[in-house]
Amino acid sequence: MCLLRSSISPSLCLVKRGVRVFRLDLQLQILSMENSEKTEVVLLACGSFNPITNMHLRLFELARDYMNGTGKYEVIKGIISPVGDAYKKKGLISAHHRVIMAELATRNSKWLEVDTWESLQQDWIETATVLRHHQEKLEASSCDQQQDSPVLERPGRKRKWAEQRQDCSQKKSLEQTKTKGVPKVKLLCGADLLESFGVPNLWKGEDITKIVGDYGLICITRAGNDAQKFIYESDVLWKHQNNIHLVNEWITNDISSTKIRRALRRGQSIRYLVPDLVQEYIEKHSLYSSESEERNVGVILAPLQRKTAEADT
Amino acid sequence: MQIRIHQLLHAVECPPLGSVLGGTVRSNERSAHPPWSSQSGRVAAAASVNVPDKMKSRIPVVLLACGSFNPITNMHLRLFEVARDHLHQTGRYQVIGGIISPVNDNYGKKDLVAARHRVAMARLALQTSDWIQVDPWESEQVQWMETVKVLRHHHSELLRSLPWKEGLDQGKADSPAPAAVPELKLLCGADVLKTFQTPNLWKDTHIQEIVEKFGLVCVDRAGHDPKGYILGSPILQRYQDNIHLAREPVQNEISATYIRRALGQGQSVKYLLPDAVIAYIKEHDLYASPGEE
Repeated sequence: MCLLRSSISPSLCLVKRGVRVFRLDLQLQILSMENSEKTEVVLLACGSFNPITNMHLRLFELARDYMNGTGKYEVIKGIISPVGDAYKKKGLISAHHRVIMAELATRNSKWLEVDTWESLQQDWIETATVLRHHQEKLEASSCDQQQDSPVLERPGRKRKWAEQRQDCSQKKSLEQTKTKGVPKVKLLCGADLLESFGVPNLWKGEDITKIVGDYGLICITRAGNDAQKFIYESDVLWKHQNNIHLVNEWITNDISSTKIRRALRRGQSIRYLVPDLVQEYIEKHSLYSSESEERNVGVILAPLQRKTAEADT
Repeated sequence: MQIRIHQLLHAVECPPLGSVLGGTVRSNERSAHPPWSSQSGRVAAAASVNVPDKMKSRIPVVLLACGSFNPITNMHLRLFEVARDHLHQTGRYQVIGGIISPVNDNYGKKDLVAARHRVAMARLALQTSDWIQVDPWESEQVQWMETVKVLRHHHSELLRSLPWKEGLDQGKADSPAPAAVPELKLLCGADVLKTFQTPNLWKDTHIQEIVEKFGLVCVDRAGHDPKGYILGSPILQRYQDNIHLAREPVQNEISATYIRRALGQGQSVKYLLPDAVIAYIKEHDLYASPGEE
């Protein structure tokens, strides 16, 4: 591969000012890696975001650095999907506000965006369904692009991609071959979500299988956290461990929304823990108080409700 | 400095109509007024109309943080917020200002970038604060100096700028709020308290002066035992009434060392320090690893 590409070396030297000759191999390697198969990834974070904090935003940054650093993936987008009000979590304020805060928080990011689809649903939506929604949306927009854009119509490129796809996965159906090149949605989460897989009745077994089997999980864990052990102890997680990326967070970053709400109730400063715009919005609308914390008290969390209802029928 | 502190004291003395204690300044006010001016939010808010009598009987405090700020991070900024909340909670103090004093280049610490950059970064980070300001005095001296000397300098500046100084001198009762002589306190993380134990790092006389004459506000950090440090030192123990231990309710360890390493490795540091500081670092190529192009 390096030999084949050596023809482009002169231009490379011109482009890369100051690159010393002995680094040419490295440059070529990087170039060939970039040109070869890198899976485009969209990171999806589901949660209450009640309110969004700097910690949530850091999860995205850490995950992107990690995934891009593997050389196999290229993170092209991050989506924040606040849960709908029907989730019925204690202290959950209206999705309207949570969405706006997330939008304010991502205003200075080039790659993060907020999606309201989940929050606008009447009923609570399982995370696996939210993943499917976003994957389908990407596939639809990719089809549109292929039809609309003459650049992507280049036959050579298309054929090459299709061939490679068949080489590496002959099992895959024709339909999937067609969608080659569509970015993959992966679920981004903290170690707490991973461990919540073990909470009885919170998750459907089939949904966990879908999440780790069909999509994949990027889990930010604190150094010394036993996420690894948790995966080992779960048959389904262990089976799909290649699709679970554990990313170490080396510094304590404990900015949970619960702690933010507590600080606000106590009149303590939350500056520098959430983006300034979010802090201003919270204060302007007096969003969090002892009263707001009493929301949904005594109401059963939607996933548990659904699970019970399904068990009854 | 003199003018600033004068304004700052004036703000306490004559509070404008402001928001309640704990409220922050609205964004449109941020750029319109200098940080210490009486129109600008929080300093004024602390002495707002809702609690004037309560606040007027409080001791005004200015917090001084010394350190490398190499670079300044959100955690440094949190120290101030947490310390102020804690002092207000005591019911005895009213924090009227905060000063960040980046250390002199001659401190000789490894990887220390030039003070002009560290000062500039702190200034950018504090653009949106209505009560904390960077002061380059320490960094502009010809040589490194002990923390106690920095405290002495800022304390004398503070006293020199007292608007009612003459009234105090004459012992007249008609001076406004004679009880409210502001105090300057050293703000630090629990790690600094620990360094008081390190042999030969601090002079005992200096430690004594800091805790006796000025006072210390120490913010707890994970893995530290500030109470233990105090009990382990006879000097600190003797003046423990002058040492305020504040607890950070939200643990969020962002060391500047971590930031520098992450930057050197080309990793994202977004949301760990203000965007304006990150842009400055990039623009001036400050913490790129030596092996990089």
